[in-house]
Amino acid sequence: MSFAWPWQYSFPPFFTLQPNGDTRRKQLAAWCALVLGYCRWQRLHAMTVREAHDGPLFANQRLQRKLPLEAVQVVLEELRKQGNLEWLDKNKSSFLIMWKRPEEWGKLIYQWVSKNGLTNSVFTLYELTSGDDTENEEFHGLDESMLLRALQALQQEHKAEIITLDDGRGVKFF
Amino acid sequence: MDRFVWASGLLELEETLVIQQRGVRVYDGEEKVRFDSGVLLLSTHRLLWRDQKNHECCIALPLSQIVFIEEQAAGIGKSAKIVVHLHPASSNKEPGPFQSSKYSYIKLSFKEHGQIEFYRRLSEEITQRRWENVPAAQTIQVNKSPQAGRIRAVGIVGIERKLEEKRKETDKNISEAKDMVELSKSIANKIKEKQGDITEDETIRFKSYLLSMGIANPVTRETYGSGTHYHMQLAKQLAGILQTPLEERGGIMSLTEVYCMVNRARGLELLSPEDLVNACKMLESLKLPLRLRIFDSGVMVIELQSHNEEEMVASALETVSEKGSLTADEFAKLVGMSVLLAKERLLLAEKMGHLCRDDSVEGLRFYPNLFMTQS
Repeated sequence: MSFAWPWQYSFPPFFTLQPNGDTRRKQLAAWCALVLGYCRWQRLHAMTVREAHDGPLFANQRLQRKLPLEAVQVVLEELRKQGNLEWLDKNKSSFLIMWKRPEEWGKLIYQWVSKNGLTNSVFTLYELTSGDDTENEEFHGLDESMLLRALQALQQEHKAEIITLDDGRGVKFF
Repeated sequence: MDRFVWASGLLELEETLVIQQRGVRVYDGEEKVRFDSGVLLLSTHRLLWRDQKNHECCIALPLSQIVFIEEQAAGIGKSAKIVVHLHPASSNKEPGPFQSSKYSYIKLSFKEHGQIEFYRRLSEEITQRRWENVPAAQTIQVNKSPQAGRIRAVGIVGIERKLEEKRKETDKNISEAKDMVELSKSIANKIKEKQGDITEDETIRFKSYLLSMGIANPVTRETYGSGTHYHMQLAKQLAGILQTPLEERGGIMSLTEVYCMVNRARGLELLSPEDLVNACKMLESLKLPLRLRIFDSGVMVIELQSHNEEEMVASALETVSEKGSLTADEFAKLVGMSVLLAKERLLLAEKMGHLCRDDSVEGLRFYPNLFMTQS
């Protein structure tokens, strides 16, 4: 199934940062939703600004329109303010895109754990994100740092405990 | 050519370069000499010539040796020349390329043009005699022949005397300026306090100061006294002139159009842009049927009071929606407006949230603002 682009993606003004304040707010909201939707569909958790700018996300080939880099940075900043983006470096060249916030991930993981009767088991972090068992889960391929934050959220709720294993870290679910 | 001396081509302290020109040939009187292609340099003190092929070869002539100069126009196959008539060489002159010459003049041939400017600058330097103010070096030959009545000021005494002259002149200027400042302050205060008329005597004094500064008599303003009153009269005049043209143009005109139209009508007593703007600024306060409007972009227009630009925006939106999208040019053509005013209308519509923009290499297009209207 191909990605369902929003109507704005075919609207040329979408690729020009609007000067009118109210219009801009609507435009940015649409861009944020698009970025999150697209990354979720692609299961992308991290990106570089260059990749993002050169990909289909910010450029519509058919329309011959591309969102200028300065505007892309405005969109990314908006996402950061909403808590959906984190910069991975000081130069702001690559970022984590969190189409789910850590707590939401935690909840999802715990749902899978309980659904499969796996409470009281121990998992390595690797097993959770890259094991065969989790292949069809949305959290498969999740960035390790995101996973840890998700587990920390669960830890707060006393639903899990992060432990140290021989060759890394793991988690025990309750 | 025997007045020239060998030189290093370096300028002395206090000596400044005025102009230089490539491609100059030097003649000893009417005869060609081996100095056929060089850079001619004029300084405040000397005329120098450096060989373009051999930079080490450089000759110089003190400007004080020059009696007078003439221009010789270019001809077919001949470059323009400057003829330089010279005083006889002094007996203790430094060594130069020629020991003697049967001519008392040299010619400078400008093969690569530049003669006109060089002549002008050389004339200036010869007239100003700047080399006398600040003697550059001991080797400068001082003009031997007498010059009627002039006190040659050389050396420290000369410098001191020149400074004294300059000081006296500055003092005179300062005292004049003080008078001027007092007078303008008094006039300004009178205007501020609207206290009666400026006396005729003051006006005459003021005018004479202005004239001495080279400012032309502001005649038209005179008739009406102070500037503001003048602008008021002008504003009323404008309202009369512009009513009909405005109605014919959909109630709005750019200020540039107004400026051209008004000045064309006035013929001789042309209006300055500042006067026009100042008069237009008064239109609204004088309750005249037109007003000045300044858009965000800075564009200034005159509108009929009855004109409502915001309403026009609504109709603009309809037009754009019908066509899907429009550029300012396309819109102007469709509606029959000037592109400038068409753009302002579209920008106003955007500001009001009815339109949004698509800015790309293809140009600037306006679309109905679907961001707001579509979910």
